[in-house]
Amino acid sequence: MKSRNLVKILITILFVFSTTQSFAKTIKWSMQGDSLTLDPHAQNEGPTTMVSRQIYEALVTRGLDMSIGPQLAESWETTTPKTWKFNLRKDVKFSDGTPMTSEDVVFSILRAQQRTSDFKEYISTITSVKATDAYTVEIQTREPNPILLNQLSNIFVMSKKWCEENFALAPQNWDAGQETFSATNSMGTGPFKITLREPNTKTVFKKNTKWWGDVEHNITEIHLLPIKNAATRVAALLSGELDVVTDAPVQDLDRIRASGAHKVQSTPQMRTIFLGMDQAADKLRTGNTGDNPFKKKEVRQALYQAIDIEAIKKKVMRGLSEPAGIITFPGVTGYTKELDARLPYDVDAAKQLLADAGYPDGFEVELRCPNDRYVNDEAICTAVVGMLGKIGVKVNLFAQTKSKHFKELKDNQGDFYMLGWGVPTLDSHYVFHYLYETGASWNKVNFSNAEVDAAIRVMEGEVNLDKRNAAIANAWKIVKDNIAYLPLHHQVISWASKRSVDVPIRPNNEPLFRFSNVR
Amino acid sequence: MDNKNLTLLNRIKDSDIYFSFIKSPTAILSTLILIIIFFCSFFVELVTPYNPFDPSSLSLMDAFTPPSWTEEGLAKFVLGTDGQGRDMLATILYGSRISLIVGFSAVIFALILGVGLGLSAGYFGGKYEMIVMRLTDVQLTVPSILMALLVDGIARGIISRELHDEMAIYVLIFAIGISEWPQFARVSRAATLVEKNKDYVSASTIIGVSNIIIMFKHILPNIMRPVLVIGTIGLALAIIAEATLSFLGVGVPPTTPSLGTLIRLGNDFLFSGEWWITFFPAIFLVILAFSINLLGDWMRDTLNPKLN
Repeated sequence: MKSRNLVKILITILFVFSTTQSFAKTIKWSMQGDSLTLDPHAQNEGPTTMVSRQIYEALVTRGLDMSIGPQLAESWETTTPKTWKFNLRKDVKFSDGTPMTSEDVVFSILRAQQRTSDFKEYISTITSVKATDAYTVEIQTREPNPILLNQLSNIFVMSKKWCEENFALAPQNWDAGQETFSATNSMGTGPFKITLREPNTKTVFKKNTKWWGDVEHNITEIHLLPIKNAATRVAALLSGELDVVTDAPVQDLDRIRASGAHKVQSTPQMRTIFLGMDQAADKLRTGNTGDNPFKKKEVRQALYQAIDIEAIKKKVMRGLSEPAGIITFPGVTGYTKELDARLPYDVDAAKQLLADAGYPDGFEVELRCPNDRYVNDEAICTAVVGMLGKIGVKVNLFAQTKSKHFKELKDNQGDFYMLGWGVPTLDSHYVFHYLYETGASWNKVNFSNAEVDAAIRVMEGEVNLDKRNAAIANAWKIVKDNIAYLPLHHQVISWASKRSVDVPIRPNNEPLFRFSNVR
Repeated sequence: MDNKNLTLLNRIKDSDIYFSFIKSPTAILSTLILIIIFFCSFFVELVTPYNPFDPSSLSLMDAFTPPSWTEEGLAKFVLGTDGQGRDMLATILYGSRISLIVGFSAVIFALILGVGLGLSAGYFGGKYEMIVMRLTDVQLTVPSILMALLVDGIARGIISRELHDEMAIYVLIFAIGISEWPQFARVSRAATLVEKNKDYVSASTIIGVSNIIIMFKHILPNIMRPVLVIGTIGLALAIIAEATLSFLGVGVPPTTPSLGTLIRLGNDFLFSGEWWITFFPAIFLVILAFSINLLGDWMRDTLNPKLN
């Protein structure tokens, strides 16, 4: 009798195990850094948006093929050139069960326009937004805006009620180090919801059963486990501890492919890596000359020509990068092959330029770098230090984790720094509006040019595409001639995963787990 | 003068230490290895033409050259190059110089602190002795790496970032030294307790010699044997502690790498087949620490048979 009971128990246990094994599909996802904050309006940064994208949704969004399609808005029309009418889906519920209405959309857009939002530049042309009924939103722009949909695809919609209850009416002031409820908790309409959040250690996403869309994935849980060290990340992937790594180290791709149980996907990423030099300060904070050499264009050009980008491509990036002449890439409105051409690598010319500028013996400056953000970021910086050393510029490298790097950069602490820039809107305006416009939030080189500022206004309000493209081309020419930044390369990203895990790669490096499957 | 040198040499030759040394192959071998390592590390400029600490002398195109005896190796880079194009041999030797300087300084620091406290505790006794010895007990319960990490963390908080890279080596010496002194304190106290009851100490006390002179002039030379044994083994521990801290990223900065930093930097390339970047610094560290330990073992057997 007893032994029969034991058999029953064993069978039950076996049954429970086998069924849970087949129903619970968990994806363990890793990259070198974590999302900086869960507040979807606080930080306009790649991995932060990657995480927000799984939990929050926007009026419109880019699909797997990167084209704009409807998401929370079912349809839209322009009633006048400056007025947009969005008809919302009526079946959308937040993950707490409350229905999403136009109130929430209006609230979210206004929230993203507040001072502490890092997304305000996206929608700076919106002058008013109002709900005409429970499921219709009307947006007014200052001028006719040809790229409004592209911009709105990054403005995530939050619940007004949830924000009111949790004192999250304004976006978290990330630059000032503020801690808010919305920074560590989230509640959106997306296909997943976060059930556990330990920054830089573990984030657990669970399937949102109240999601409105057609479920095309079979995932019940996603575990985001950031691992900073490249070798450790690869070891975890190879040992089966991780399912997908969205920034597989370039040096280990062959090893991962060779394992047989894993696959690697690569694609040129929509991101350009560059160096910025503060051109406005009277005196470098970390310099030794008592003035600011970067004010002179000759110095900036000397640094540019001293960088052997092909060597970086071959040795540091192992061929997986595309040398860049401007901070934008193929596929973005305004990109041309001619603009993307680099000045030649020429150490002698660089030395001559430095001497002409009055620094025959070079100068000293500190280079700030993130060490867990871009592909081989610290190694690129170390290589640059050596190359600039050859023309007499003594560069001291200071590499640190991205959250500190970005915070201190925003706090105007950088003379010379590394940054990467993607273009979610796929329009040059985005680059100019953030990086080149006088006083723009990420314009930490303090570049200022009235002609460029005027061209940015044209980009925002010109519906005649020829005129608009001419303005973009002209602006690119001005900033390129000025050498406002030192472009390095367009990044190529590689995702590695188990063969049984299907996460389609996207050129903006954002996984969409709602299209992912585990076999 | 010659005569005096000769007698010194003869005295050394006559000593039982020398006798035991030439009878011990391990001691001779480890001493030989250590002499070679010390010479190459401290006169590295004579050994290799490369200076890995000068970024402008490097060429990125040389990066990832395998060791010279492999197919793609180059004769000018015997042990290959790392990811920045630094010659591995030169980098290891420069790195071992830093490791040795840190190791020696840390041990000397720990020795002065530990012997000073241990000797005075044993000599004076009483409440002072109790406080010092309980302090060592408390510290021995904290793992020394943890202690060193703690010191380094605090130093990072206090010292400004600009200064930190320059101060890193001193912080490291202090951190390792402070985590090793209890060993010295215990040994020297125990030895002092034995010595202080001997007649020569009583005699000195009676004729009115001051405590300081009795302690450091009369007792100290007599307790140096066990202290030297602990010191030699402590040196190996200190070098390994330095490598551990640098491997964890809290030691010396990557621009002036020590052995631990080199192993950490090479660790990223283990999967991609560039094994030499991490293998050679690691094997060098093993040989260095192993030789010091062998020498330490021999010294313990010879100088202090009682410890056996």
